Amino acid sequence: MKIKDTVHFQWYKHLFVVFVIAVLFFGSSALTGASLTEVFSNLDEMGTFLERLSHPDFSYLPELLSPMLKTLKMSMLGTIIGVLIAIPLSFMATEVATKNPIITNIVRLFLNIIRTIPNLLLAAILVAVIGIGEATGIVTIAIFTFGMVSQLIYESIETIEYEPIEANESVGANRLQIAIWSIWPQIMRTVISYFFYAFEINVRASTVLGYVGAGGIGVSLSASLGLFRYDRVSMVILSIFAVVLIVDFISERIQRRLV
Amino acid sequence: MVKINPNVKKLLYIIGFILLIWFCSYDLDWSSLSYFSWGSFASILKSMMSPEWSFFYNGSGEDVLSLMIMTVCIAFVGTAIGTVLCLPFVLLSSKNLWKKNKLIPRIGKFILDALRSFPELVYAIIFIRVVGPGPFAGVLAIGVHQIGMLGKLFTEEMEKMDEVPVEACHAVGANGLQTLFYARIPQLLPIYTSLILNHFEIGVRSASTLGLVGAGGIGAMLIFAIQGRRWGRISIVLLTIIVTVFLLDMLTGYIRKKLR
Repeated sequence: MKIKDTVHFQWYKHLFVVFVIAVLFFGSSALTGASLTEVFSNLDEMGTFLERLSHPDFSYLPELLSPMLKTLKMSMLGTIIGVLIAIPLSFMATEVATKNPIITNIVRLFLNIIRTIPNLLLAAILVAVIGIGEATGIVTIAIFTFGMVSQLIYESIETIEYEPIEANESVGANRLQIAIWSIWPQIMRTVISYFFYAFEINVRASTVLGYVGAGGIGVSLSASLGLFRYDRVSMVILSIFAVVLIVDFISERIQRRLV
Repeated sequence: MVKINPNVKKLLYIIGFILLIWFCSYDLDWSSLSYFSWGSFASILKSMMSPEWSFFYNGSGEDVLSLMIMTVCIAFVGTAIGTVLCLPFVLLSSKNLWKKNKLIPRIGKFILDALRSFPELVYAIIFIRVVGPGPFAGVLAIGVHQIGMLGKLFTEEMEKMDEVPVEACHAVGANGLQTLFYARIPQLLPIYTSLILNHFEIGVRSASTLGLVGAGGIGAMLIFAIQGRRWGRISIVLLTIIVTVFLLDMLTGYIRKKLR
């Protein structure tokens, strides 16, 4: 870093960036109708809402156990399917494994498109296509996991060591054999840790999938909201919170054991 | 301890894995799949192939383009609010700023964890009751969720930063505030900017879903189109979201590369 690179000599650039951000901020906040006064004038509204939320209906808890377990099962199954599909495709998305830039770029474009669709929108569309139910939730989670994990896996394939590949090439292994015997052993542990990372994210995401009809605890959430039973809403929210904390804790423990 | 043959161990893992899949799948409700037919799927795909372009822009302010701009604006304001509001929590929960006190960072981290563990949709539902349905509820939902997400990442960066410049500042007699401004912030600013840009992009993605509950943006239009099974309309909305996120991804990627 030279003296010319310091803030004192580059102040006009920084000022310009601040100016652009300020213009964008005020422009967008005008467009979205954001006003702080509205928040403060409605604080008592929020107070009453939180007050009603602060009396969770604990008698509702037994009814929540089964949908909660189903949510966990859905996200587990969806994560397994998604990761299993992601593994071969992420091999195809790296030139290390394919030695073919055309296939690589086509697969990457496909993965990028899959990844841009937000989870909940995917669920809403799949509910329309497949139908209401838990199977739809599993398909949604599988597609979402597939998009997310495949990118992580192909990025980690690109950082592996090349010596085992060269060694296998020199004894005449074909591309599939190289993928299985010299690339997979190097990335297996990373893939397992990505599996748990994806599972944590999916548990969080699947709790709301039911809101659009894709099964699980979100169904109870939207039903209680529709009935204005805020004591039940807060019970659902609390149980989501508890389950997310437990899942994070357990997956951290398992990961520490494995890695 | 009994030593297990590695092959037996592998077999046990595989059996456990299959049992896990069986346990997860046996009592789920698969009935919705039985109504699914490839014929109807093909016809849906076919009608999605012809997007209703007239819907893209018609100047009424209720078209896809203006709603998408609104969505991006919601994400921008939400991320900006989240960034500013998370800074006090970062100062609270960074371990290296509280040398003697171990309790305060833990409290700060717990608050951030709690903020992060609810999905944006739940916040959106809460804020709709507070400020009424509309884009501002979406802004607040995204903002509060970003406090938790950015706060956690900012804290992690703060905790693994290089402490040498801080010590140098201390050696010439700087107090805590001065070391913050002259040693910590200059080092962290590029990383924080890159994280903020990344979360702006995540914010755009989640802002496009908030309309499902009535918190503004393009999601409302999508849910109406889905309820009416208007596949042409669904495909134009989806196409716009995909292209926008793709362009933003490229733009933020370019800026982030320049920051390094």
